[in-house]
Amino acid sequence: MRWLAEVHVRLRSGLADPEGQTIAGGLRSLGFDVDDVRAGKLLRLAFEAADRAAAEAAVAQMCSRLLANPVMETADWELSADETATVAIHA
Amino acid sequence: MSRSPRVAVLVFPGTWSDRDFAHVAGLVGWEVRLVWHADVDLGDADAVVLPGGFAHGDHLRTGAIARFSPVMPAVEAFAAAGGPVLGSCNGFQILTEAGILPGVLLRNDHLEFRCDWQPLRVEAATGPWLGELTTGETIRLPISHGEGRYYADAAVIDELESSGRVVLRYADEDGSVTPDANPNGSLNSIAGIVNERGNVLGLMPHPERAAEAEVGGTDGLRILRALDAWLVAQPAAAERRL
Repeated sequence: MRWLAEVHVRLRSGLADPEGQTIAGGLRSLGFDVDDVRAGKLLRLAFEAADRAAAEAAVAQMCSRLLANPVMETADWELSADETATVAIHA
Repeated sequence: MSRSPRVAVLVFPGTWSDRDFAHVAGLVGWEVRLVWHADVDLGDADAVVLPGGFAHGDHLRTGAIARFSPVMPAVEAFAAAGGPVLGSCNGFQILTEAGILPGVLLRNDHLEFRCDWQPLRVEAATGPWLGELTTGETIRLPISHGEGRYYADAAVIDELESSGRVVLRYADEDGSVTPDANPNGSLNSIAGIVNERGNVLGLMPHPERAAEAEVGGTDGLRILRALDAWLVAQPAAAERRL
């Protein structure tokens, strides 16, 4: 069956994030009282796997092999069965 | 007399410094072979260069896609066997992604792309690339990058520093390593490192862009020309070149 995974790739805490700091500065200049912003990446994956366990294992592999570099990043994800599998995914 | 060093210059989709290396080949006495990333062997190369650019558009992370190119297992084997490897700029980023060199190159701390002449302090003038320089001298090479902030965890930095593997540091014109002279926020002002064995050099600056006086400097020539003498001093490499 078809699965959807939303993978969040985050800079490790403690690592300077100049992009996040710049965004925080932009928000402050608009009057928002923001303490901190951390920028990251959102990746939306669609793929086939036999069951949830296989889908979880596949995402874990994709993250550790390519999607995140453990020296600087962490990855976590939300996995769901794609109920609209017959519809084109790139809407 | 031995022949010129044969140097495999890798070309990924988006590489831009490959032609610069080919352009200076005559000046440094190399026979350059451009090797496409989809090739699986390096032929009879004496050395391998991973040039600068934006391999695969730098998508996901710099070097992240390039490190899985078909040619990379051959590069890893060549490096592991002690063959001389030079990764400049994007090539350095690819080497770190591949785990051939430790650490990672992050977005410059000021978020700007920085293209400028940069003084560098030579910290260890040894190996196939820096052997003709002098430890402690200041050289000038161009930098041209948006992601050059060297980072590794504290244990890796300690290991690099204590074993003399930080070979180039960003400095000012007098050779002083100061925060103001650091163009990207690299930890310890690191501009270049070598692997444990010393045969693989990764650096953010571009030696191939400092090979003609007309463009502003020739310190890069001294790095690229050093390869020949180093190869001659290696018995196995010298035998291959007779």
